[in-house]
Order: sequence, then C-alpha cells, then structure tokens
Amino acid sequence: MTLQIDVEGTRSEDQPTAHPAGPKDRSFSPVNVFSHTVLIGWSILVVVPFVWSLIASLKSTGEIFGDNPWALPKKLLWDNFSKAWDKGVGDYLGNSIVVVVFGVAGTMLFGSMVAYVLARYEFPGNRFIYYLFAAGMMFPTFLAIVPLFFVVKNFGMISTYQGLILVYIAYSLPFTVFFMHAFFRTLPTSIAEAALVDGASHATTFFRVMLPMAKPGLLSVGIFNVLGQWNQFVLPSFLSPEKPVLSQGIATLLGSQRYENDWGTLFAALTIAMVPVVVVYLIFYRQVQAGLTGATLK
Amino acid sequence: MRHGSYRFVASFLAIPLALYAIFVISPFAQAFYYSLTDWTGVSPKFKFVGFENFSTLAKDAVFRAALGHNVILLIGVPLLVIFLSLVFAYLLNVGGRSNSAGVQGVRGNGFYKLAFFLPQVLSIPVIAVIWSVVMTSTDNGLANTVTKKLGLGTSEYLASPKIALYCVMWVMVWGSVGFYLVLFNAAMSGIPKDIFEAAIIDGATRLSTFFRITLPLLWDTIQTAWVYLAIMALDAYALVAVMTAGPGGPDNSTQVMGLQIANNGFQFGRAGYASAMGVVLFFLTLLIAAVMLRATRRDRIEY
Repeated sequence: MTLQIDVEGTRSEDQPTAHPAGPKDRSFSPVNVFSHTVLIGWSILVVVPFVWSLIASLKSTGEIFGDNPWALPKKLLWDNFSKAWDKGVGDYLGNSIVVVVFGVAGTMLFGSMVAYVLARYEFPGNRFIYYLFAAGMMFPTFLAIVPLFFVVKNFGMISTYQGLILVYIAYSLPFTVFFMHAFFRTLPTSIAEAALVDGASHATTFFRVMLPMAKPGLLSVGIFNVLGQWNQFVLPSFLSPEKPVLSQGIATLLGSQRYENDWGTLFAALTIAMVPVVVVYLIFYRQVQAGLTGATLK
Repeated sequence: MRHGSYRFVASFLAIPLALYAIFVISPFAQAFYYSLTDWTGVSPKFKFVGFENFSTLAKDAVFRAALGHNVILLIGVPLLVIFLSLVFAYLLNVGGRSNSAGVQGVRGNGFYKLAFFLPQVLSIPVIAVIWSVVMTSTDNGLANTVTKKLGLGTSEYLASPKIALYCVMWVMVWGSVGFYLVLFNAAMSGIPKDIFEAAIIDGATRLSTFFRITLPLLWDTIQTAWVYLAIMALDAYALVAVMTAGPGGPDNSTQVMGLQIANNGFQFGRAGYASAMGVVLFFLTLLIAAVMLRATRRDRIEY
C-alpha cells in the first residue's frame, strides 16, 4: 500500500508548498465533496464484496447465511482451507501454474519471434501473415470452440497440459504479435545492423540484442498474457474437463458446495484463488494498469 | 536482403505459424464448413445440408431469445460502462479544488484507481461466485440485508426471470468500469491542463468543459472502448454459465448465444447447428466493429 501513496504524493501533496495555501484553498467546494462521495461510494461497492468473501472463508455455513451475514466469525474456522485443499483446489492451483508458466513463456518467445521477423524483414507474404494474425483478434472464440475441441481430441490432447499450453499459445499469439510488431518498429535499426556487420547471425542478433532492448514491451504484453491465461475459463472448460485449472475448479466447486451446503469451504477456495493475484496486483499495480490499458490502445 | 536471411525468416515463422494454423485458423475455417452440414460431432459421417441450419436458427425460439439477450447486453453494457467510467475519470481529474492554481485532481486519486481496477485482475468465475452469493434471493442475503436497511425492500435477483439478466449485466458493468476508468483517465491526463484553465477563465463551467473539451478529445479512446465492450457483451458466456440456474435460467431468461453454442455442440450432439450459431455470432461481431468504427469516425485532433 505504500506504492499508492508515492504516486499520489507527487500530485496533491506538492500542491500546498507550490502555491502557498490561502484560507480559500483549505475549504472543500461542493464539487470536491460530491466527487469524493461518488468515488468512495463506488470503491465500497467494489471492495466490500471481496473483503466479505475473505472473512466468509473463516465462517461456518450457518454464519454466512445466518440472520446477520455481516457479523464477524465467532470462531476462526481455518479448517475450511484444508477442506478446500482436499477438494482439489491444490491440484487446480498446480494445473494453473504449470499451464500459465509454459503458456506465457511459449507465447512470449514465439510471439516476439514472429513480430520481429514481420517488423524487420521484407519477404513475400509479410503483409499477408501480419493480417492473418491481426484478424485473429477480431474472431469470437465461440465460433471456433466446437471444431477446436475435435482438433485437440484428434491429437489425443484433451485434458492434458500440452493441449492447453499449445492452445493458449496459439490464442495469445494474435495480440502478442500485433503489440510486439508495433514495439519492434519503434526500436532503432542501427544497433541490430552493427551487430550483423560484426558477424553475429540473425538469430544471435535477435536473442542477444533486440530482445533485451524490447524489455518494456515484453513486460506489458507479458503481464497481459499472465493475467489473461491465468483467468482463462472458456477454453479449459471445454478442452480440459478432467484436469481443471483454478478458474474452472471454482465454478465446479460452486455446484458441489451448494449441493453439500458447505459454503465456508467454497469461500476458502475463492480466497486461495484470489489472494496470489491480488498480492501481485498490489505490488505491481502501476505496471499492471499501464500494461493492460496501454496494450488495449495500441 | 542479406544472404541466408530467408532461411532465418522461415525458421522463426515455422513453429508459431503451424500452431496458429492448426489451433486457430483451421477451427475457424471448419466452423464455416460445418455450419452447412448436419454433423452431430460424434459420428464421422455427415452430409451437406446447405443453409438449412440457418433457416432452422431463424425459427429457433430459444436461440432468438438468446440473441435478444445479447442485444440487450450489447446496448446496455457499453452505455453504462462508458458513462460511469467517464464520470469517474472526470471526477478524478478535475473534481478537486479549483483555485488560482487552476483545476486540480481529487486527493486519493491513486487509491481510487487501485480499488476500481481490482475486479479486472480476477477471473470471471471468482467474480461470478461472489456475486451470486451476494445476490442470494432470501431475506438474509447480503444485498437484501443492505437494501432492507436502506428501506428499499428485497429482491429475488437471479431467481427472478424478470431481472436475472440485469443482474448479470450489473456484474459485467461492475467488473469493467475500473479498466475503462484507468483507460480514460490516462487519456484525460494527456490533455494539456491549460486548455481547461483557458476555458474556465473565459467563463466556462466544469460541465461545459466536459462536453466541449474532454469528450471530443477522448473520442478515439471511447470508440475503441465501445468496440471492446460490444465484443465482451456478445460473449457473456462465463458469467451466465457460472451465475445462473440451469445455466441460462430461470425460464431461459438469461440465455446467451455462447451458452447455446456450447449446449448444442457438446450436449445435444448438434455440432453443425452450433457452428451455424457461431457463424451468426461472427458476422454480428464484424458488423458491430465496422459500424462503430465507421459511424463514429471523426477527425483526429493532435495536441
């Protein structure tokens, strides 16, 4: 939470020193009060459901749906977490980690290779391949989902890591190529040329010179892909029914816990799913916001 | 081009292009082909039926309901999200005190952005589960205890066929506002402050600076946001699949096209028919993107 105060400091804390505050500056105008009321109102609407869920993960079902669902738990039921873990949350978490680690690594490697070649080399078909990838951003996944299932099935890769990883890579390529293509275009050509003149091969030039220069771009798309693949729900629910990833597992647990009427365990599972992402978000929130929104506008 | 670079280009493109062709292009192409067949998805045999699937679709009451719901989302979600996030972004930028130093952003700007953006980093099932519990239809549901306290009475939320779709819409809006707020906020801080100050010195009110300065200068960003939100509203599968009874219920009141494609393709053994729905979805997406980008085209203003 210190980060956010830093950012803020530059904007509003400077103000009184820059402009010696007259009595007028200290008073709150109606516009200012109105702004804060509206903004705080929405903050509550956003944050409270999450905080409530965190607290509910330590409650019993009776307390969650009791007369006062807002009351704090009488006894902290840490047991909910071990129950959630035994319900498969541990496996789901592991599956998600494996798929996202390899999926994002593959996406970034292949995506930047394609983008680099398209941005820096002229060859017949260059524009065609570029538009082929760019078009992939517009297609709704649901158009492809039924045939895609059978493609993956024919490879014998339903409910396997490699199936999900390859599909994640393929579906993340359009955006990654599109974004990195624009990024490589902005880098100076002279350094790569110098490396080539010095006798470096094209591949060495790419891995040793161009990729390190492209770090800021890689970071933005990387964050975008990590979050996108971590939160992916549609693709795994059809392609990996037997080996669920975390987001899928949560959806399945909603059904089973509703049936068993054991809601504390469900919220413990939700907490396990939320906390790592929220912690990463709080640490890197500026990069995350800049990465996600900047990526959209490119 | 230097000697040997063709081989280099080919070696870099081979694997990614193969992956893309197998898992993205071929399924899309197949979907168009299967949409003209009576393929069940199970048997290897199927026959070509021309446009029969599409004429059946036109008469399919459930699909038409689903399409209608997607259209409601398509209109409602972008309007609400863009309105709310523009207002919030504007308040963040100029809602602070105004004095001799000019117009200020509000204090706590960073905190608000941090909080509003939060739903964006969590997966849809997580959000859907939380909200389906918040909107429990009994009297002591979370939302109901609050509305009762405020004297607004209680609601059945997702259990009521009349408002279930709007509950889904609300969760979509709730989850997206933060993202577009940050997007608009970045675009707004790119507008030089002296434009606002000049306008205010000339006697413009804050409201008129919003409509006369901010809005026109943000037009490009709003347009992009609209297309993204429209595509999201055409999907809506994940929220509906997790949140609603059935899913798609009660009484098909929250059916959407994605759910229909999944049901027909994977459960009812009508893969050809499901592909036809996918094709309809594709042309709708294309149409909306084209219309939005054309109809709202304006001259770009550089500053």
